[in-house]
Amino acid sequence: MSKENSEYLIERYDNVYEVVIGLEVHAQVTSNSKLFSSSSTKFGAEPNTQVSLVDAAFPGMLPVINEYCVKQAIKTGIGLKAEINKRSVFDRKNYFYADLPQGYQISQFKYPIVGEGIVILDMPNGQKEVGIERLHLEQDAGKSIHDMDPQNTLVDLNRSGVALMEIVSKPDLRTPDEVSAYIKKLRSIMRYLGTCDGNMQEGSLRADVNVSVRLKDSKELGTRCEIKNVNSIKFMQMAIDYEANRQVDLLEEGKSIDQETRLFDTKKNETRSMRSKEDAHDYRYFPDPDLLPLEVTEEFIEQLKSDIPELPDDKKKRFIDEFKVSAYEATILVSDIETAKYFEEVVAKMGKNRDMKLAVNWITSELFAVLNNKNLEISDSPICAKNLAKLINLIKNGTISGKIAKTIFELMMDDDKDPQVIVEEKGLKQESDPKALEALIDKIINDNREKAIEYKNGKEKLFGFFVGQAMKVSGGKANPKLINEILKKKL
Amino acid sequence: MSDITSQTLTSLVKNIKEKKLSSEEVTKAFVDRSEKSKELNSYITEDFSNAIDKSKKFDEKPNLDLKLPGIPIAVKDLFCTKDIRTTAGSKILENFVPTYESTVTQNIWNEGAILLGKLNCDEFAMGSSNETSFYGNVQNPIDKGLVPGGSSGGSAAAVSGQLTPITIGTDTGGSIRQPASFTGTVGLKPTYGSCSRYGIVAFASSLDQAGPMSQNVEDCALLQEVISTYDNKDSTSIDFKRGQYSKELTKDIKGKKIGIPKEYRVEGMPKEIEELWKKGIEYAKDCGAEIIDISLPNTSYALPTYYIVAPAEASSNLARYDGVKYGFRAKGENLIDMYEKTRSEGFGSEVQRRIMIGTYVLSSGYYDAYYLKAQKVRKLIKNDFDEVYKKVDAILTPSTPSSAFKIGEKKNDPVSMYLNDIFTVPVNLAGLPAISIPAGLDSAGYPLGLQIIGKAFQEQEILNLAYAMEDKINFKNKITDWWIK
Repeated sequence: MSKENSEYLIERYDNVYEVVIGLEVHAQVTSNSKLFSSSSTKFGAEPNTQVSLVDAAFPGMLPVINEYCVKQAIKTGIGLKAEINKRSVFDRKNYFYADLPQGYQISQFKYPIVGEGIVILDMPNGQKEVGIERLHLEQDAGKSIHDMDPQNTLVDLNRSGVALMEIVSKPDLRTPDEVSAYIKKLRSIMRYLGTCDGNMQEGSLRADVNVSVRLKDSKELGTRCEIKNVNSIKFMQMAIDYEANRQVDLLEEGKSIDQETRLFDTKKNETRSMRSKEDAHDYRYFPDPDLLPLEVTEEFIEQLKSDIPELPDDKKKRFIDEFKVSAYEATILVSDIETAKYFEEVVAKMGKNRDMKLAVNWITSELFAVLNNKNLEISDSPICAKNLAKLINLIKNGTISGKIAKTIFELMMDDDKDPQVIVEEKGLKQESDPKALEALIDKIINDNREKAIEYKNGKEKLFGFFVGQAMKVSGGKANPKLINEILKKKL
Repeated sequence: MSDITSQTLTSLVKNIKEKKLSSEEVTKAFVDRSEKSKELNSYITEDFSNAIDKSKKFDEKPNLDLKLPGIPIAVKDLFCTKDIRTTAGSKILENFVPTYESTVTQNIWNEGAILLGKLNCDEFAMGSSNETSFYGNVQNPIDKGLVPGGSSGGSAAAVSGQLTPITIGTDTGGSIRQPASFTGTVGLKPTYGSCSRYGIVAFASSLDQAGPMSQNVEDCALLQEVISTYDNKDSTSIDFKRGQYSKELTKDIKGKKIGIPKEYRVEGMPKEIEELWKKGIEYAKDCGAEIIDISLPNTSYALPTYYIVAPAEASSNLARYDGVKYGFRAKGENLIDMYEKTRSEGFGSEVQRRIMIGTYVLSSGYYDAYYLKAQKVRKLIKNDFDEVYKKVDAILTPSTPSSAFKIGEKKNDPVSMYLNDIFTVPVNLAGLPAISIPAGLDSAGYPLGLQIIGKAFQEQEILNLAYAMEDKINFKNKITDWWIK
C-alpha cells in the first residue's frame, strides 16, 4: 500500500480493481452517566460496580433518557455538518446474549437523531469529502469474559447501557490511508466538541469496516463484507488490505463473494467468516414502547449550535490566514485540539515580535519528538507553552543561538524551568559584542597563522575550521552570524 | 370480627380515624379470614405476621391524616415489593425477591397502608381466567369451580371474598375489568400514563396500566386518588392535573351524554348480556343522562390488533428472563442450551404461545403485514373514540360477553378465551380510562358487569357516572363463604 499515492488499486493480469470502503464507527459519548440510567460510565472500575437495576434489566425497570447524551449527539451532528432530526425514535434490537441483560439493545433504526453530513479529509493530494449517512444513539452491551474461569463465562455489566453514537459513513472511502484519515478526522472533531474522547485502547472508539471491490471505472458496487469491531487504525488498514485481496482473488477465480460478517484475526492477519447473510440475526426491530419518540425544538438545536467551538476545518483556515502557516503545517497543528491549543498559547505568549516559522518548527519537530519518546500527550507536555514561547523569543532576539537553544530545551524538560533563568544561571547568553568577537578571532588567527595563510592562498574550505575554532573557544556562545562576518573581513 | 371484613374501605378508614377500630383489629380480621380462605388460592405469597407487626406499630403512633391509615391491603403479584417475593405468577420468578418497590405500591404505603401479601394472577398477566398461573387456579368466591377471571383473578377473588378491603390490579386488555365483572366487584383501568409502570413486571408496555379494584365506586375513587401520580422514572407517565377523585365524587350526572356503540352488539352474545345492557341504559336515563347511539366502526379489528401488539411487546419484554441474572435457571450444555431449557421449563404454555406469536409478527418479512398494520389499525380505533367523544361524555357497554365460566372450560381453547376481552381491549388500545361495575346476575346467579369508558384523563367523569348508576342498580354480591369450613 502506497503512502504517497492516493490511488489504491489491486491489479491481477489485465484487471484493475478499486476498493470501496464504508465505516460504521461506534463512539462512546462523553458523559458521566449512562444513556438510560444514572450509573457511572467511568473506565476501569471493578467488574459490576457500575450497574443499576435498569442496566441489569430487573423486572419492572424502565429506561429514562439522559438529556446530556442527546445534546452530545446533536453537537456531534452539528460538527459533521449534518441534518439534525427534530423527531427521532428509539427502537429495540432484539437478540439473546449473556452480556445483553434486557435481551434487546435500545437503538435507533428507522428514525436516527442525525441524518446526512460531511467529513472533509486532508489528503496529500488535496481534500476529499466523505459523506455521512447517519448518526444514531444506542446502548452499549456488557462484556463477556471467557478466559477467567475454565467452566463458565463471566459477565461484567459496567459497560451495559453506556451511550454510544453509531456514525455510518457512505461508501466513499477508497484506500486504507483514507480510512486512517477519516477515523482521525472524526476523532479530532469529536474531541474538539468534547463529545467522545476517542480513546481506542479503552474502546471508546471502535469500527465495523465494510469492504467491497469492483473493476476500476465500474459504477456498480460489489458485494460487501463487514469486518466486525476492529479497534485500531493499523488493524483496520491490515484488515482492509487482506479482505480486498481475498475478494479480488475470488473474483479472479470466477467465484462470487458472499455477503457476510467477518472477523479480523490480528495474530494471523486475516479475516475469517463469522456468519453468512442467511445466518444473520433477525433483530425484530420495533419502536421501544417504554420510550416516547425523542422530540427536540429548533431553539434547543440553535442553543447547542451557539455553544459549538471552532472546529478543525475553520481553525485550519484561520491559522493559514492569521498566522501565515502553510496548509500542511496548519493541518498538523489543528489535527488534535490540544496541539492547536498549545500552539495558540505559544503564539500568544511570543508577543508582538513573534516568529511563526520558529514556533511551528519547535512544536512539530523538537516538542513532538520528546512527546513521542516519552509517550506523552501534548496536554501533559513537560514544557509549558509559555516557556517554549520564551525560548523561541530568546532565539528570535539573538540572545541565544539555535544550537544553544537545543541545550536549553533539554534542561527545560527537567522541571519546566524558565529558559531565561537557565541562560543566566549557566551563562549561555550568546556573545554578540563585535569588539569581544574581534579580539577572539584575532587570537585564533594568531594561534593558527599557517592555516590562515593557506586560506588566503585559496584553500577556502578552511573557513569552516576557523568558524569551528571560534565556536569552540567561545563555548558555543559566539553569535555565528557575526563570526562569519568578522572572519571574512579579517582573513 | 366478620363484620370488619365485610366493611368497605371507606368505612374502615372512617372507623380507624374515629378510633372505633385499630389497625391491628382490622389487620387481624383480614389475616384471619385470609387464613381460612386457602381454598380460594388467592395468595401466592402471604406476609401476615409482618402485617400484624406493622399494624401494631401503626397503632402505637397512628397518623390519622393519611388516606389509608393502617389499612391492610394485598396486591397483585405483578408489583415489585421490596424484600417480598414477586413472581408474576411464573415459575421463572419463583424465588425472585426485589430490592425495590413499585411506585404504585409505594404510594399506598406512603398513605399508611400495610401489605398483607401478594395475590395470584395469570402468568405475566397473560390470561383471562387465572388458569395460567404457575401457582394454581384461583376459585371465584361466587361459586366453587368457577374462574374469577384474569389476569387479576387472585385480586378480584380477594376483594370479592373479603380477604382484603381493596386491591390493586393491572389491566393490559381487560385484566382488571373482566375479573371485576366475574366477581361482582368494581375495577378501574385508568388512562394510560395515569399510574406509573415503574416496578410493575411488564407484559405489554404500551397497554399495561395499574388500577384499583374494590367493593364499591367510592373505595375505587379513593384508591385511584392515592395510586395515580406523575413519575419521572416512567417515561410514559403523564404530568396532568389529577383530581381528588373521592372528594369530588358526585351522583349528579344530569345531562351527561352517554354513547351506546352499536358495534358492541356482537354475534352470539347471550341474551342476558343484551338485557343487562338495556337495563344499564335505563339506569343511566333514570340518573338524568342522555343516551346517544354511536358507532365505533373499527371495533371488530380491536381483538386481532390487540393479539398482535400485546404479544409483540411481550416477546421482547420477556427476553430478560434468560436465566443469566436472576430467577430460575436450568442447567445447559452451553449458553443457547441453557436459554432454551430455562425458558422452556420456566415459562408456561400460554406465555410461550404469546412469545412465539410476538416473535413471529415482528420478524422480518412479517413485520409490515402484522405489527405495522396493527399499529395503523390501533390508530384508527383511537380515532373512532376521538370522533365520538365530540358528541358524548362517556360510553356504556357490557364489560364481558359472558359471565364467569367453569375452571377448565376454555383452558384448551385459546381463541374462545381471547374473546373474553372483546369489550375491554379497545379501551387499552386507545389508552382510555374505563370502569366496570356490577350490574346484575345471570340465570345461574353469577354477576355481570357494565363498563363505562371515558375520555382520556377524565377518571372523575366515569367515577361519577358509575357512582350514580351504582346507587340505582343497588347490586348486592351473594357471598356464601362456601370455602370456609
